[in-house]
Amino acid sequence: MKRFVHRMGPLGMVAVGILLLVVLGALSAPLIAPYDPTIGSVTQRYLGPSAAHLLGTDQAGRDIFSRLLWGARSSLIGPLIVVCVTAALGTLIALTSVWWGGAVDSLLSRLLDLLFAFPNLLLAMLAIAVFGPGLLTAAFALAIAYIPYTARVIRSTALRERNLPYVRSPELQGITGPTIAVRHLLPNVAPLIVTGATINFGFAMIELAALSFLGLGVQPPQADWGLMVANGQQSLLKGYPAESILAGLCIVLTVASLGYVGDKLGGRAAAGRKA
Amino acid sequence: MYVLRRLLALVGVLLVSSFLVFAAMYAAPGSPENFLVQGRTVTPEVLAAIRRQYSLDDPFLVRFWNWLTGVLHGDFGQSLTNRQEVGDLLANRLPTTLALVAMAAVLIVVLGVGLGIVAGVRDGVVDKIVVLGSTVGFAVPTFFAALLLMSVFSVWLGWFPVFGSGEGFADRLWHLTLPALALALPSAAVVARITRTAIRDERDSEHAVMAIARGVPSRIVMRRHLVRNSMLPVSTVVGVHIAGLIAGSFVVEYAFTLDGLGTLLVTAVQTKDFAVVQAIAIVLVAGFGIINLLVDLLYAAIDPRVGSRHTA
Repeated sequence: MKRFVHRMGPLGMVAVGILLLVVLGALSAPLIAPYDPTIGSVTQRYLGPSAAHLLGTDQAGRDIFSRLLWGARSSLIGPLIVVCVTAALGTLIALTSVWWGGAVDSLLSRLLDLLFAFPNLLLAMLAIAVFGPGLLTAAFALAIAYIPYTARVIRSTALRERNLPYVRSPELQGITGPTIAVRHLLPNVAPLIVTGATINFGFAMIELAALSFLGLGVQPPQADWGLMVANGQQSLLKGYPAESILAGLCIVLTVASLGYVGDKLGGRAAAGRKA
Repeated sequence: MYVLRRLLALVGVLLVSSFLVFAAMYAAPGSPENFLVQGRTVTPEVLAAIRRQYSLDDPFLVRFWNWLTGVLHGDFGQSLTNRQEVGDLLANRLPTTLALVAMAAVLIVVLGVGLGIVAGVRDGVVDKIVVLGSTVGFAVPTFFAALLLMSVFSVWLGWFPVFGSGEGFADRLWHLTLPALALALPSAAVVARITRTAIRDERDSEHAVMAIARGVPSRIVMRRHLVRNSMLPVSTVVGVHIAGLIAGSFVVEYAFTLDGLGTLLVTAVQTKDFAVVQAIAIVLVAGFGIINLLVDLLYAAIDPRVGSRHTA
């Protein structure tokens, strides 16, 4: 713990604090949100901040604070799905191709190259065109799009480990590939997986929010930060900036904090992103 | 040789991905003829006629082959929603997207590399501001940047138009300034940071220290030793980000309601207009591949070791 604090530094601890706050808000939304995030009242439109509505209300008279709290949930669950699926499949592909090498390796590498040919958002939009809009479709499609980044990094590290004695000797003793991969290779690439996931989480959050902004991710009247920025666009142009600005700030703060923590943990290189 | 191999690989990727996209659209739940009649009850004969008109009864591989040969002849088929030729739709929309991406690319290079060099050479406040700005700038989603720019410069100050992409060159430039800025911002932030690091690494290197010690004028040290050498890592990052602009442009176009490929794709996805979705997907994958190829060639030109390693 002490080492962690030292490694993060003061700014890093602020970032960790912001992240904890966001997670806490998302978890306790049903308990602490003062209003239903989806139900508004026509007489309460565009209210300023007050004791009844901490951050005011939106164009449909819904409480912005409650919507931000509930929005934290879909804004976190989406990237969480992306990161978990990417890490699992990416690691599986990387370890499989490293263990067998040869034809399996080159086949899997071609497959990853093919995925690389699609811009992430395009792949997600194609999936949405086929399966219809929604958070789950968007998240799974993005997860697939992220696999090559993760798989490449893990592959190159695992390739180095592959010929070290601690992997070679159990192989000589006749222990099967999957066992060695899980027991010996996996623990040695695990830090890389975690760091990569931290960085990818930020990317996923922005891209999922963008999809919701385009009306292809989370569907109204559900609360979601990306959707709130989009909903607030009309109000913003009419001179009521609260909804868009606050939801946007939530995204910026969360992603910036994640990026900072991820950099401290091991840098973007671990996510296979050149930048 | 290297170029030829890369071009062949690109053609291969395009063929396979167009097959995959076509197959995905083919396998999509819901049938096209039901979409075409839009929920009206029609006799089976009418349905059959529609299926014949769009050749929906042909086997999958035949349809793919017809579509592919059509595309190679510049015929992308008809839009399902408004019967327009998809090729014409694309041709109308392409200039806006190209202009937007080109402007954003220039902004990324100028802003990103420029600020990065400044922050790399100067210590103190300037450096701190650029570093902080790049950390935050990277986290700002393009659509949020778009809204902020729009509300400040269009609504509040009234300097730029809120919507539309304009007529003629100058007007178009004026209309696209804010969208391009929003699109370029996150990438420029990353590029600035990478440039700064690269310049600092070079500044501490022996050849730079030696040059300064010999009394070489600082401008020349800057140009020949610092900037030139640091451009190697920077050029890859710039390339990756310029290729990434293609996807980012959808969102910015949508935010500013520009009539580009992105808005067309979004509406086509929402209305399940598969003919349009397929065509745009292929065009974008091709564009993405070409930009990536150009970047790699540029990289080989800057660093001769790259090309020779690939051909060896």
